[in-house]
Order: sequence, then structure tokens, then C-alpha cells
Amino acid sequence: MAFGTGGRRRGKKSKVHFTKLCNFACCRSSLNDEHSQIGQSGFSRNVHCNDPDNLEQLQLRYRDNYVSTTKYTALNFIPKSLFEQFRRVANIYFLVVACVSFSPLAPFGATSILFPLLVVIGATMAKEGVEDWRRRKQDIEANNRKVQVYGRNQTFEETRWKNLRVGDLVKVYKDEYFPADLFLVSSSYEDGICYVETSNLDGETNLKVKHALDVTASIHDESSFQNFKAVIKCEDPNDDLYAFVGTLCHGRQYPLSVQQILLRDSKLQNTDYIYGVVIFTGHDTKVMQNTTDPPSKRSKIERKMDKIIYILFSTLIMMSSVGSVFFGIETKNDIHDGKLTRWYLGPGNATVFYDPRRASLAAFFHFLTDLMLYQYLIPISLYVSIEVVKVLQTIFINQDQDMYFEETDKPARARTSNLNEELGQVDTILSDKTGTLTCNSMEFVKCSIAGIAYGRGLTEVERALAKKKGGGPPEVGDTSFDAEGSNAELVDTGRSIKGFNFQDERIMNGQWVKQTHSNVIQKFFRVLALCHTAIPDVNQDTGEISYEAESPDEAAFVIAARELGFEFYERTQTSISLHELDRESGKSVDRSYKLLHVLEFSSARKRMSVIVRNPENQLLLLCKGADSEEEFMSWEEEFLKAQTSVTADRDALVDAVADKIERDLILLGATAVEDKLQKGVPECIEKLANAGIRIWVLTGDKMETAINIGYACSLLRQGMKQIVITLDSPAVNDLENKGNKEAIAKASISSITKQIKEGLSELSSAKESSVSFALIIDGKSLAFALDENLENSFLELAMKCASVICCRSTPKQKALVTRLVKKGKNRTTLAIGDGANDVGMLQEADIGVGISGVEGMQAVMSSDFAIAQFRFLERLLLVHGHWCYRRISMMICYFFYKNITFGFTLFWFEAYASFSGKPAYNDWYMSLYNVFFTSLPVIALGVFDQDVSARFCLKYPLLYQEGVQNILFSWQHILGWMFNGFMCSMIIFFLATNCIKEQSFRKDGKVVDYEILGVLMYTSVVWTVNCQMALSINYFTWIQHFFIWGSITLWYLFLVIYGTISPILSTTAYRVLVETCAPSPFYWMASLLIVVSALLPYFSYKAIQIRFHPMFHEIIQRRRLEGLET
Amino acid sequence: MNSNNTPSSSAGGPGSAAADSTAPPTTRNSKRPKYSRFTQQELPACKPILTPKWVISAFMLVTVIFIPIGVASLFASHDVVEIIDRYETDCIPEDSRKDKIAYIQSSGDKTCNRILNVTKHMKHPIYVYYQLDNYYQNHRRYVKSRSDQQLRDRDSENDTSACKPEDKTANGSTIVPCGLIAWSLFNDSYSFSRNNQNLSVNKHGISWKSDRDHKFGKDVFPKNFQSGGLIGGKHLNESIPLSEQEDLIVWMRTAALPTFRKLYGKIEVDLVAGDVINVTLQNNYNTYSFNGKKKLVLSTTSWLGGKNDFLGIAYLTVGGLCFFLAMVFTIIYLVKPRRLGDPSYLSWNRNPGGH
Repeated sequence: MAFGTGGRRRGKKSKVHFTKLCNFACCRSSLNDEHSQIGQSGFSRNVHCNDPDNLEQLQLRYRDNYVSTTKYTALNFIPKSLFEQFRRVANIYFLVVACVSFSPLAPFGATSILFPLLVVIGATMAKEGVEDWRRRKQDIEANNRKVQVYGRNQTFEETRWKNLRVGDLVKVYKDEYFPADLFLVSSSYEDGICYVETSNLDGETNLKVKHALDVTASIHDESSFQNFKAVIKCEDPNDDLYAFVGTLCHGRQYPLSVQQILLRDSKLQNTDYIYGVVIFTGHDTKVMQNTTDPPSKRSKIERKMDKIIYILFSTLIMMSSVGSVFFGIETKNDIHDGKLTRWYLGPGNATVFYDPRRASLAAFFHFLTDLMLYQYLIPISLYVSIEVVKVLQTIFINQDQDMYFEETDKPARARTSNLNEELGQVDTILSDKTGTLTCNSMEFVKCSIAGIAYGRGLTEVERALAKKKGGGPPEVGDTSFDAEGSNAELVDTGRSIKGFNFQDERIMNGQWVKQTHSNVIQKFFRVLALCHTAIPDVNQDTGEISYEAESPDEAAFVIAARELGFEFYERTQTSISLHELDRESGKSVDRSYKLLHVLEFSSARKRMSVIVRNPENQLLLLCKGADSEEEFMSWEEEFLKAQTSVTADRDALVDAVADKIERDLILLGATAVEDKLQKGVPECIEKLANAGIRIWVLTGDKMETAINIGYACSLLRQGMKQIVITLDSPAVNDLENKGNKEAIAKASISSITKQIKEGLSELSSAKESSVSFALIIDGKSLAFALDENLENSFLELAMKCASVICCRSTPKQKALVTRLVKKGKNRTTLAIGDGANDVGMLQEADIGVGISGVEGMQAVMSSDFAIAQFRFLERLLLVHGHWCYRRISMMICYFFYKNITFGFTLFWFEAYASFSGKPAYNDWYMSLYNVFFTSLPVIALGVFDQDVSARFCLKYPLLYQEGVQNILFSWQHILGWMFNGFMCSMIIFFLATNCIKEQSFRKDGKVVDYEILGVLMYTSVVWTVNCQMALSINYFTWIQHFFIWGSITLWYLFLVIYGTISPILSTTAYRVLVETCAPSPFYWMASLLIVVSALLPYFSYKAIQIRFHPMFHEIIQRRRLEGLET
Repeated sequence: MNSNNTPSSSAGGPGSAAADSTAPPTTRNSKRPKYSRFTQQELPACKPILTPKWVISAFMLVTVIFIPIGVASLFASHDVVEIIDRYETDCIPEDSRKDKIAYIQSSGDKTCNRILNVTKHMKHPIYVYYQLDNYYQNHRRYVKSRSDQQLRDRDSENDTSACKPEDKTANGSTIVPCGLIAWSLFNDSYSFSRNNQNLSVNKHGISWKSDRDHKFGKDVFPKNFQSGGLIGGKHLNESIPLSEQEDLIVWMRTAALPTFRKLYGKIEVDLVAGDVINVTLQNNYNTYSFNGKKKLVLSTTSWLGGKNDFLGIAYLTVGGLCFFLAMVFTIIYLVKPRRLGDPSYLSWNRNPGGH
């Protein structure tokens, strides 16, 4: 899209010359196509340039330029955030409970129910608030930036961004951001071009050229703006960054394209200043229309957790039903044969809640009461605790020094905190190749000119292949090879040039002139030096030239040409200049080529061309070298028409016309560039494979390349059996030549079905042996294999293979494959990629990991985690993933355990209080249970626990299978914990009640009453659940000690403090510890007995389990302890 | 067209744009995470694991602590001498036993004489309890039916909303103390004699001091109590403030479980083995409607309180169990000393993809 309307005169950097022709074409096109839609729906925007106070403009009431990215405003914060919170079932339940708690149905005081809810809701709201405040601060900063606006008194005045209005004329200086979407009027260059950097929009750091319309480009003078009045009619705000439809009415109508549009948040560079008219403001700007929330995915564990919550709800309802039935029966019996039985309850004149004569109604009301009473089964603080924990976990991920990449100054970044634990369960990794496994920095390695191959450098793949053939499989962790290899090269050449790894004495250092085909060689390198869109950047001090290119291979070519004596040093809008080595004289001469046209690279054509006129006045189309003078004019016209047609299928048109001229070319030669593998990729892949993770590489390469890369990066290993599915068979090719589509499809399907079957049978026959398989499939076959009929058998085959390589796959296929794996086997998939073509895959996968590399930010923006290098994936999964999975699953299990323990003690007590709904404990003990006495240790568990250190996680990758097989969060495990909780509650209640019976518990003859039983039981519960925590964690730092023992201490402290305040408030807790319990040895002895007994079953189970069925991490722990590991 | 005031680019990037893109080149701060043991998750930690040594030691530790405690508690429990006399049926004349409820609700004299034989020396103080059974003092309706404000503070006399239906008399005057608990105050009474010599029962200090001092007011006097149509239980002397009505205070401290004892008083002399105690009791309280038992209990205490072997037995059981487990584990480890760190475990390979 570099083409556009240009200036007449040579600017410092101008590009295209056919101004008149183009304008002519533009005007013509303005009469038809999309421009005819202007004024209709979708294209109704009117902008009165330089006239924001125009009445018509004011009537349109376009938005101002104030931008708010906050989720809430001061006004709606409370209702909106509350609404968000109560979208969770559990929270609604608690809200209903809180509301009902004001009625006489409540088993305890309303405040004690409200308090924990308020704490939990408050904590979540505070978190939301803080996050929003940060966004707000950014907004304020952006809204208050200054910009120069052309004011009434015909000068430019400074104003704030937020005060900009549609139609304002602004002046933006170099290195400033554009405050809104602007129409480029003119720039400091006379021909009205300017350079912008759009890294904030799409992450691309290369400069893009924008062109002003000829008709406006000459307006430079501040005074001349006074007379500049025009109306722009254009499309309504939308999110397409790469298209714009509009017309400028300035005397006559001129079509506008995206070439004249400067987008908000992109930056002016290499241009002193520009003038522009505000078209879209604030939230109408393209960048704001593009802002989407980060992807919201939920982890499997959380989805399972919801199920558990439902189970608990069912339990709750069951318990309440049991309670209400018994209550109903007992209440009914309170009047027996017309006589009051339990007369002391006053059944004769009871309210409806206790009326024996309406026992069923009383039972129904009691059901509601019980729903409130047993609410402790549902851990109210679970969600907020998990959120807090996950945020802290992401901090650890972001702060990990081992995932920081020095070269690009990029740490790892968790863009969402939802998926931390999912990282520990990845079953299949789907990886892009270019830029993900490789550096995406191309090196010019070889070339073939006139049939002779040049270049003696060894490619990495060749090296890897040689290594495979030469020796056995490489040792794990052997990184020395690569380092040595590259070092050796450095010594050879004496200097290293990025992007250039070419050695051949035949043509280097000017020797090419002695070659027989030197004229072809000359042409060849001229093509490399001319046919590109790179911009040279001359370092003023050293005279060295570096290039800014759109793609790394382009840069590699230009660099190669430079190294071989064709140094591209200047580009203007109309010419390209080279320092060339002259063939005859052997001296360096400057040659300037007139640049007529650039046919930019498009993936459909897979080529680019330039049309230049050389100093000898020959017209050259350099694509791969061909000169064709005829037809040029007529073709060009056609091309311009296509270019300026401004319709949706414009790109297709341009491609078609470009195709027309790129014909009858003469082949000069071929080049070979190598994309180097990223550091540590083979080792990382090997580790991940050892962890039992399947790795699929989805690449656009052809099969041979893909297989070679597979070897280079350890995806294919020695002794692995390859199953190849391809449609590249003679039979199919024959059919293809005939062109009968149906027959091709039919033959293809049957061929693939057969190949898949063969593969499956091969697999099943090799079941016994330990051979592992690799599947390689090409894109065409993949298209058929993804067909509904074949999908399942293909998946079955693929899932049995350790590695899968899909060659020649399109972005859409990538996403489809991802979905297939995710849906088909319900496995956790992780997609990793770096480019825009991976976005679909990243969003489709359970986890999307973006590589923040050279290809821009688009992949990162749609990812859940961003890392700088593929090798960090190893640490992200094996260490952070494993830990987070462990932590979260243990945390959730423990949460259920502690709440079941507590909740069931209430239930048992009910059974002894004729299910009347009297809780065993004081109101405030209960409401603080989840908030104070048990919450902090479990958060510490979720944040800090480590089964084994990071080093061992990496040393024993198989440990990762604990997550993949979901051992720690299997139903067995969860129910085990629940059962443990159930048992603890029984032990606590029945031991406590049997210990105290009716006898006195002190020397002074006092007996145990309701208050004391409550304190004893509660003490036991607090001790038990906290000690249980101490038993089940693997990692005791001072933080754990502090929280666990602190929680227990806090309970006693609370009792003392709560017990000293007025008995009206403390009711049954008044001086209960100081006066009644603490002086009694019985209280302490009973606590000790109960706590030890409650912990005994788990402890014994654990001891037996470790002895007979140790889990993998326990073996490693043991080895560490025994000193077997150093 | 001078641009002498070229503003420098604002640092920090365009905040409103896609959140975290590259910083402008003007800022040269490295984003390298700072090292701290905390952020790198390398805090010094102790990493306990259950090795055989630890398992056996833990079990043995429990054994060593629990067995002596168990023995001590059992001894303490055995030191306590307890006399229990169940009287609810025996105190109803034979001819009235068919309809006990009618008897108890009748207004006649319900005096009943019981004889207690002291079999073991009982050191003073000897605590006198009454024990009720199948009596739900922990019923929600019952527990809530009281007014703490009213009991404590004379000015809150009318704060009786929680006390229904025992909040006001038929003519609307406030009942003090109100509520079902107070209304159902236990009203059997006991007097003891030994060899025709009266044994005085000390009824002071049977309630918690904090209750007397802070929950029951010194200036709150009973009012309109038990004056309604239906008499629940004991009457109160309207000239004594609530803080000194210890029977009431004891009763108001509701029991946790349906079977409970409450302190009636203390006998401040020793009883010797062979002593015969005559009890004259007024059998007024209606437990017959709900088939509740009534017992009179005389008991001494040890440092651990009253008689209950359960605590000691439980301690011994748990201690014994732990000893047993320690032995079992010792045997397991001795007989099959398979080292946990055995590398053969590491071949654990459930790897589906195969390697």
C-alpha cells in the first residue's frame, strides 16, 4: 500500500511520481464504487475542516476528544461493580441470605451475616477500583497532553487533547503522538508526505509513509489556513485500521484513502511537523474502536470448581431438608393429643415459625433458616481469595528473571491472571514456526546465479542433520554445540554482520567480476539492491548504513547486496541510488535508478516487483529480472484504476493487475536465506517432550523444510518413526492436471483415509515397543483431514504421536487444528505464535502464548501470556505452570475441606438441638471464620507453596504430568478432601460432646454450657484446619509460619478482646476465655485431644500413601532429602 | 513556520492505547525484573516431608504425651465421688403415676423424701446439681427468648421484643425477667439432713462472677414475674435484685445439650462413707410432659472437674493407637526397607506421547 498520490517536486524522501495520472484516476473513481455510498448509512460523517464552530458541524454533535478507558465512572462504580459481583451464583446466594437475615428466620444476627459478605465484596471492589484508578490516571495523562490548534486569531495555540473538536486544524511535531484521527493536510515536506510509526496500534516498528493530497499539500503558510475551508464526507467510525473511505470537497471532490489518515496514538517521525484536520475524536478514533478487552478465558480448574460449588449447594439443600423434616416432626410433637409436651418452648402461642399446629409451614420456613445456617459449607471467600492469589502469581511470572530477555528488554508478561493453573495442565502445544521457533531474523546464506551455487556457510539445519547422522542423540542440556559453531564462524570472517552468513571467496570482495557469468551476477545483485521497500538510515558519524525494512528477509537481501558491492544508500520518492562496483573498472560508482512503480509484496502473488528506469534509460521490471517496455503504459493505467478504485475487492484487483505484468521474466538466480533457530529451542522442545507434552508445529513451509526443521529443533528425533500423510502422489497429481475438481476431492479423500488407516495400524502394531511416532501432514491433506468425516480418525492418529508437523498450513487451518484438539479430546491446548497469522490459533486455544518478537504486537495483544523467547516456555510451563496448578488445586481442595469441617459441626450440633436452627457458635465467631481465622494461610499456600524447587521441576520434566493427568484435582482427590473434612467435623463434635457430657469441667464445680461448648469446638476447628494446612504444605517460609500460627493466635486474641467488650455486644462470648475456659485444664486437654485425633486419619493416610504409592513429587523430595540430588 | 518550541515527546506512551506496548525510545529504563528472594520465589524455607523417621517419631511423640495424660485424667476422674439419685418417677405417689402430668400440675403438696447413701468419703465442697434430660435449652426459640438489656439495666425494662410470648402480662405490664428461659425457671428444691442434722446448702457463688457483675443488674428487681395465667416455674423474691438471684443466673446460662446439670448449691462439709443423707425435696418441676428425667447429683471435683472417664479413655486410646501405628510402621520399614528415593521409582512413566 505504499502507492499513493505523490508530490510534484522532489522532496527529501518521496516515492512515486505519477501524480497527474493518479489524480486523474482518483477523480474518476470518485464518481463510482464505494464513494457513491457516501452520505448513506455507514458513510454519513461530515467534517467541516478548519471550521469546528460551523453551525452544521455543531449540530452533528460528534463526540469530543475526551477519552476514558475506565470500566467505571465515579457515578456508576458502585452499582456496576456490584452487578458484576452478583453475577456469580455463590454471591447471589450470599446476598439473598443477607437480605433474609433481617427477618426473624435468621439463625443469627444480620450484621454477622453481612460482615463477611461486605468484606469479600469490598475486597473485590477495592481491587476493581485500584485497577480502574490506574486506567484513569493514564486517561488523565493522555487527555491533558498539549497540541497546537489553529485558533480564531489565525495562529496556532496550545490546547489540551481533550478539548479538540472535529474539524479542528492541528499541528503535530516530530516525535509527538497524533491526538485524534487526522486528515493529513500538509507536512514539512513540500510534497506533503510524512512518516509515522504505528507500534502502538499494531506493534510494527517500521516507518510508514503517508501522503497528503496534492490539492492541500501546498498549504503551508499559517495565514493561508485562514482560507482553507473544506468539507470531508466519510465513513462512520469503525475499527478497520487499514481502510478509509471518504471524499474531500474543496472546490471539487477528491477521494480520500487511508493514505491521508493519521491515526491517533501513532507517532510522527522523520518529519518536522504536519498539519491535519481532526476527523474522528475520542472514542470514535480507530484505535479506540479497536480496543477490546483482553481475552477472557476460564481455566478447567475453575470450571470444575463451579461444579463442586453446585455439589455443595446440593449438599446444603439436602442438609436443610433433613433439618427441616426433623424440625417439623419435633415441632408437631410439641402438642400431643392437645397437650403441650415441651411446654417450656411455649408452643401454645407460638409464631408461625414454631407453631405445632402448622408444623409443615414451620418446617418450610425452617428450611430457609437452615439454608442460612449451613451457608458455611459454601466458602464465601473462595472467589476473592483465588483472585488475589492469581494476581500475586502473575506478579511472580512477570518478575521472573529467568524469563527476561536481555536483547529486547522484555520480561515475561501474564496478560490475564485467569489461566495460571491451566499452564500446569497443557497436553498439547501448537506452535507456529517462523518467529516462534526461529528468530525471524533472516540470514543470507546461499545463492544460485546462472545455475551455479554460491555460499559455503553451513545452515543450522544442515548442522543439526549432520549431527544426527554422525553421532547418537544429543545429550540433554548440551548447548555448547551452537555456541561453538557460531563462534567458529565469527573467527573465520573476522566480523559478524547481522543477517549475513555468506562465505564464498568466488564472489566476495569483488571477486565476482572474474566469474564467467559476471553480467548475470551483476544483474542479480542489482535486483537485490533495488527490488525492495527498505529505507536506508545513514549514521552521520560513521557513515555506516543500516536499513529499515518491512520484513527481515528483505533486510537480509539488501545487506547481502551491500556486502557484495551494491550498496543501497538513498531512496527518494522517485529514485533509488546505489554505490555499485563497476564490472569493467572494478571501482565503486554511484548509480541512480528512477523508481516508477512498486508492486508491493502480497501473499497471494508471493512476489514483489519494482519498475525502474536505469541510467541507461532502460525500463526494467525487476521481479526476478525481466525487461518489458511494451504494454507498460496501458498496463499502468489499468493498475492505477485498480489501485484507486477504493472498493472492498481492491486488493484482489491490484493483485490481478500486478499479475499481468509480472510475466515473461528471465530467471537470474535464486537466493537462500536462513531463519536461525532461537537459542535453546531444541533443548526446550526436548524437555517439553520429556514432560509428556505433545508438540505440534504448524508451519507454512513445505514438507522437506518442515522435516529438516523438525530435526533441527529436536521435534523429530533419532529412532522416531515418521508417518507421512501427503497428497503429493502421482495419481493425485495426474488428476490435478486434468482439473476435475470433484474427482480430485474424491481421490484425495480416499487417499487420505487410506493413509490414516495405515498409520493407525502401524501404531497399533508397534504398541508393545517403545518406539514413538511423528506425524507429518501437508496443508492440502490437512484440509481434507479436518473434514468432519475424517476428523476423528485423524485426531486419533495424531494424538498417538509424540510430535505432529503440519506443513503448508494456513492461518485458518491453524485455528481449526487447535479447535479440533481442544474439542476432540478435551485436552488442554496451548498455542504459541508471534504473528498476526497466529491470532486465530491463540484465541482458539485454551492458552495463547504470544512471542513478543519482531513481527509486532498483534499476537501478543491476543495472547494470554507473552514471552520473549520460545525457550521461556519451558520455565513458564514446567515451573510456573506446575506450581500454579498445584497451588490452586490444593487451595481449592483445602477451602472445601475447611468449610465442610466447619459446616458439618453446625449440622451435628443441630441434631442435638432438635434441629431448631440454633448455631453452635457465637455469631461473630462464625462470620470471622472465613475472613480472619482461616483465610490467610490458604492464601499463603496459594501464593508460595512449592513441592519441589524450580531446579527440580526442570530436572524432572515428568513431574509435569501431575498436572496433565490432573492428579491433584481429580474427583477422587477432591472427594477425599471433602471426606477428610466430614470426618474431622465428626471427630471434633463427638469427641467434644463426649468429653464434656454433663459433669463439671472445673475444680469449682461449674458445668459446661452452650457458650463453653461453642468455644471448645471452635477452638478445635481453628486448630485442626490450620494444623491440617501445616501438614499438607511442602514449603514453610516465615510467611507460612506467621500466617498459620498467627491465625490460631488471632483466635485467642479475638476471644480476649471480644470478651472484654460489653456483654450486650459480646453476648455469649463475654469473658468466656479469660474467666471460664482458660483457667480450666480440662479445656486445654480436650482441645489437644480433639485436634490430634482429628489430624490423625489424614496423617496416617499420608504416611501410608507416601510409603506405598508415593507421588512423583514426593519421590523427588525424598531424593533431595537423602542427598541423592545436589 | 518556525518550530522552535518543538515539544518533546511525552514519556510514558499514549496511555489510552493498547495498554502495554513499547515505551518510547526516550526512556531507557531496563524492564529487567529486580532480584529479590521474594519475587524469585527463593525464600529460605523448611521443606518437611514424611520420612519414616518422622512418621514414627510423630506417632511416638503422641504416644508419649497422651498415655500419661490419659492415666492422669483417669485417676482424676476416679477420685471424684458422685451420688446420683433419679427421682422423677419415685417422687410421684403410686396412685398418681398413671397421669403424672395431672399430678404435677395439681396444686397440692409435692414433698418427697429421698435417702442417699454415701459409699465413699466425700471431701468438701460437695457440689449439688440437678440434672435434667431431654430438655432442649438449646432450642432456638428458647435461647432467643430473653432480653439481655432488661436483665442488665433498669432503664431498659421495656426492651422485651425478644421475649414473646412471655414479655408482658395479660394486662400489659412488663415482666421482669421476661422470656421463656426465665419463665421456665427450675423450681424443685432440696434440703439435706444427716442424722437429723440439717446440712446447709450454700447457694452463693454457684454462678459465674461475670454474670452476676455484668449481665444481671444490681438495681433490677423482678416484677410481674410468674403472675400470668400459666405458671412456668419458680417464683422470684421481688425484693432481691437479679444479680443476687443465683438460681436464675445459673438457669439463664443455657445448656449446650439436651442432657445437662446445673449447679444447685454447695455443701461445705465432708461426708463420710456410710453417712445416710435424707433429702427433702419439693417435686414441682414438670418434666413429665416431655418424658424428661430428673436427677439429684452430689459430686466432689478433682483438678479436672467432675467424673467422666471419657477424656482419660480417649487419651489412652489415641495414645495406644499411635503406639500401634508406630510399631506397624517400624515393622514395615524394617521388613521392607525400600528406599523412597529409589531411582527405580523415577521410571514412573505414564507418558502417553511416549519418549
